[in-house]
Amino acid sequence: MDTPKIEIALTVNGARHDIAVAPWETLLDVLRERLHLTGSKKGCDQGQCGACTVLVDGERINSCLALAVSRDGAAITTVEGLAEGGELHPLQAAFIEHDAFQCGYCTPGQLCSGVALLHEGRAQTREDIRELMSGNLCRCGAYTNIADAIETALNRQNAGREAAE
Amino acid sequence: MEAADIHHIGNPTNRVDGRLKVTGAARYAAEYEAPGLLHGVIVSASVAAGRIVSLKTERALSVPGVVEIFTHENCGSGAWLDRNWKDEVAPPGHPFRPLHSDRILFDGQPIALVVAETLEAARDAASLVTAAYEVGQHCTELEVKRSQAYEPPEKRSGIPPPPEPRGKAEDAFERARHRISADYRIRAEHHNPMELFATTCVYEGKDKLTIYEKTQGSQNSQGYVTSVFGLKTKNVRVINHYVGGAFGSALRPQQQLFFAVMASLELKRSVRVVLTRSQMFYIGYRPETRHAISLAADNEGRLTSIIHDAVAATSHYEDYQESLVNWSGMMYHCDNVKLSYGLAKLNTATPCDMRAPGAAVGVTALECAIDELAHAAGIDPLEFRKRNFATLDENTGKQFTSKALGACYEQGAASIGWERRSAEPGAVRDGHELVGLGMATGMWEAALMKASAEAKLTPDGRLQVSTAASDIGTGTWTILAQIGADALGLPVGAVTPLIGDSSLSASPVEGGSWTAASNGSAVLAACEAVKQTVFKHARKMANSPLAAASFDEVVFLGGRIALRTDPDRGLSLAEVMHASDLREIKASRKAAPKLLQMRKYVSYTHSAVFAEVRVDRDLGIVRIPKIVCAVAAGKIINPKTARSQILGGVVMGIGMALHEEAMTDHRLGKIMNHNFAEYHIPAHADIADIKVIFVDEQDDKVSPLGVKGLGEIGIVGTAAAVANAIFNATGKRGRDFPITLDKIISG
Repeated sequence: MDTPKIEIALTVNGARHDIAVAPWETLLDVLRERLHLTGSKKGCDQGQCGACTVLVDGERINSCLALAVSRDGAAITTVEGLAEGGELHPLQAAFIEHDAFQCGYCTPGQLCSGVALLHEGRAQTREDIRELMSGNLCRCGAYTNIADAIETALNRQNAGREAAE
Repeated sequence: MEAADIHHIGNPTNRVDGRLKVTGAARYAAEYEAPGLLHGVIVSASVAAGRIVSLKTERALSVPGVVEIFTHENCGSGAWLDRNWKDEVAPPGHPFRPLHSDRILFDGQPIALVVAETLEAARDAASLVTAAYEVGQHCTELEVKRSQAYEPPEKRSGIPPPPEPRGKAEDAFERARHRISADYRIRAEHHNPMELFATTCVYEGKDKLTIYEKTQGSQNSQGYVTSVFGLKTKNVRVINHYVGGAFGSALRPQQQLFFAVMASLELKRSVRVVLTRSQMFYIGYRPETRHAISLAADNEGRLTSIIHDAVAATSHYEDYQESLVNWSGMMYHCDNVKLSYGLAKLNTATPCDMRAPGAAVGVTALECAIDELAHAAGIDPLEFRKRNFATLDENTGKQFTSKALGACYEQGAASIGWERRSAEPGAVRDGHELVGLGMATGMWEAALMKASAEAKLTPDGRLQVSTAASDIGTGTWTILAQIGADALGLPVGAVTPLIGDSSLSASPVEGGSWTAASNGSAVLAACEAVKQTVFKHARKMANSPLAAASFDEVVFLGGRIALRTDPDRGLSLAEVMHASDLREIKASRKAAPKLLQMRKYVSYTHSAVFAEVRVDRDLGIVRIPKIVCAVAAGKIINPKTARSQILGGVVMGIGMALHEEAMTDHRLGKIMNHNFAEYHIPAHADIADIKVIFVDEQDDKVSPLGVKGLGEIGIVGTAAAVANAIFNATGKRGRDFPITLDKIISG
C-alpha cells in the first residue's frame, strides 16, 4: 500500500514550495528532511525545548508539534530567512556581539522566538524577556547573554520607534 | 597598526563560527545528505534485567518503506574480542556491545534497529516491534547496594584513586573542639545536550565510510569504528565540525554510531540514526553519589580532621570511576585525612563523565560540610576557608604551579557584598522572602594532554591552523584562530582554523578542560616553527634588512616580519615567500606535559562562588537573584567565550542545586522522567544575574600558553554555594540534591 500523500503549498522564507506530504509528517521534519532547511533544530520532538521554533504567519510555534498538512498555505520564516540580502537581522547581530550561544543548537529557536517577542510588544523589562523566552531551553546556559542580546535589540527598536514618532 | 591590534590573545573576539550559527548554516551530525539515505530508529528494551525470549518483527517489516530490522539474531558481525570495543576513554570492564546477545542489562537497552526509506516509516515500524522477556532480578537503587560497595580492582586510567590516609583522622575527630558529621546525597543527573545524538554514515563504496557524528573526539570514534568493524583507518573519516553540546556525554562513542555503521556496512547504503530525547537518558549519566563526611576543627577554627567516604553507582559491565573524594584531601590544610570511595553495581547503563566529573559532586558535599563546621565553630565561612588555606597539594606533597584563590575570595566577596551576610540564619526578611548569602570554593585540574597541530602559511598572507580537536560550544574554533593570528601577527580574519575532522593532526577527545591548553599549545608550537622558517628565508634574501638580526630581534606584525626595535625595517611575508619561490610554509608540532616538572608540581584551576538566594517563606520557592563566580584560570585567551564557559557551568550548577534529578521507579528499574518536561533543567526564568570575574593569575608552568582551561570550573562549588545560602536564609540544611521546595518546606 502506498502512503497517501496530500498536496500542500508552503511559503518558506519567501519561496513557495508545492509538495506532497504524508498526513503524519511534522512541519519540522518537512523543513529539515524534505526542504533541507536544517536550521530549525530537533531537540526533543515533543514541544518541550523550543529548538524547533519557527514563525508561522508571524507567530512563533514549535514546528515539531505542527503537522505540515495543517499549515497548508502558511507563510513560514525559519532562521535561514531572518537575514535580508546578506544583512543579519539586528537580533542575529546582537547574538554574536553578546555571545548569546555556545554550541549553537538551540540558537535558531531562540532567534525565531526572540524575533517574535520583539514584534509581540509584550516585553517591557528584562524580567518580561526572561519569562517570555522560557519556552526555549539552552543547555549551554547562555541565558543571561541571550537576555542581553534581546534587551539590546528591544532598546534599539524602541529608540527607533521614538525617533520615528 | 596599533600595538593593541596585534595582540589577539586576551581579546574578547566574537566567535568566528558565530555567523554560521545564527543563520542556521552550521551543520550538525544529522544534517548531512547522501543519495538514497536510509533512516534507522532504535527499539529499546522495556525491562531492566533478564533475557529476550522472542522478538516479533513481522508487523514492523510489513510497513511500507521498511528495508531491514536488525536484532541480536541477525546483527552484522562486530569484533569478537572484548578489547576491540574499548574506546580511548573506556573505564575498566567489558564495553557494552549493542545487539550482542539476548541479555538485558538495563532498561532502555537497544534491542533492535529498524531501517527504512523514510524517518516516519522507521519510527512507525519501530513502534510495532514487540519483545517477550524472561524478566530477571534488577536493582537500580544505590542505597540498597551501598552495603555491597567495593573498591574497583582495576583503576581507571587518568583517575587517581583516593590517597593513603595521613595522620590519625578518627582520633583527631574524637578529640576536637568543634565537629560535624553529615550525609549528603546527590542524585543522578543526565547531560541532556540540546542536540539529539546522531550519526549520518555515508557509504562511499566498499568498506569506505564518511561519518558525520556527534562526538567530542572524531579520532576516538574513528578508532572505535575501525576496531569494531575491522576497517582501515584511511577508509573511515569522522567529521564533527559542529557539536550541539555534549558536556561529557559524547566522549565515548554512543550506540547510534554502532548502529549507523553496522547497518551501512550490512546494507551497503548510507544510513542515519538519531536517538530520541528519551533514549538519551540511557546512554550514560552522572551517577548518584552518597557521601558520609566528618570534619573537626580546633578552637581557632583550624581543620584537625577530614573523613570523607563516598559511594557511587556504576553498571554491571564496567567500573566507571571518578576522582570523587580526593578533593577533600587537597582543598584545605589538614594533617589528619582519611578518604575512601567505593562503587555499587546497578542495572543501568555505565555512567559517563559529566561536566567536572567527580569534583562537581565531591566538592559539593565537602563544601556543604565545611559550611556546617564553620557554623558550628561560630566562624564566618569565608574566614574559615581562609584560615585553612592549603599552600600545597597535601595529597601528593607537590606544589601548585599557581593558586590565586585568595584573590578569588577577595574579589568575589566584594562583588556579592559579603559584608551584608547575617551570621545568624533566617534573620533577614524582605516581604515574603527570606534572604541569605552563601559561598563555596571550587577546584579543577588544569591538564595538558598530548596534542599535535599543523600550521600552514601561504603567500596571500593567510594562515591555516589545524588539529583534530572539537568545539562543543567551547569556542575552540575561535581561540585557535586567535592563537594563530597572535603568533604570526595577522588579523584573526586571515586565519582559517580547521578542526572537527579525524583526518587532521592527532588530538585527544575534547574534555577535562584541556583543549585550550593542549591543542592551543600545539597550534602555537606549529606557528612558532613556521615563523622560524620565514625568518630563515627572510635573512637569506638579497639586501635583507634582517640579515644581521637574530630570531629574538624580529617581530611578526601586520603581515610582515620586521626588526623589533625598528619595525619599519622589514619584509612582507609574501615578499619572503616569493623570493624563495615557496608556495607554502608548513610545520607540524606537538604539545605534551613536562614529566620532569610534574614530579614537583601540580596545576589546578581555582574558584570562589558566592550566591544570594531568596526563599519564599510559605512556598519554599528558591530564587537566585545573583551569583558571583570568581575564577583563577591562568591566562584568558578570549574573555568573551571564557565568560560564557563559566556562565554555562554556573547554570548547570544551579540545576544541580535546585532542579536536576533522574527519577527512577525502583520497582520497575525504569527512569520515569526521561524528557524535558519532567527532567528539569534551568530555563530563562530561573537565571537572573551571574557575575563572572577572572582574577589575574600568571602561570609559566601550567602550559606553554599559560592557559588552564575553563569548561568545568564554573559548575564546581556552585551547588554548594546555593545550598549554603539557603541555610543562611532559612536555617535549613539541604543535604539531598536537588534541594526542591518540598524538602525546604518539610525540612
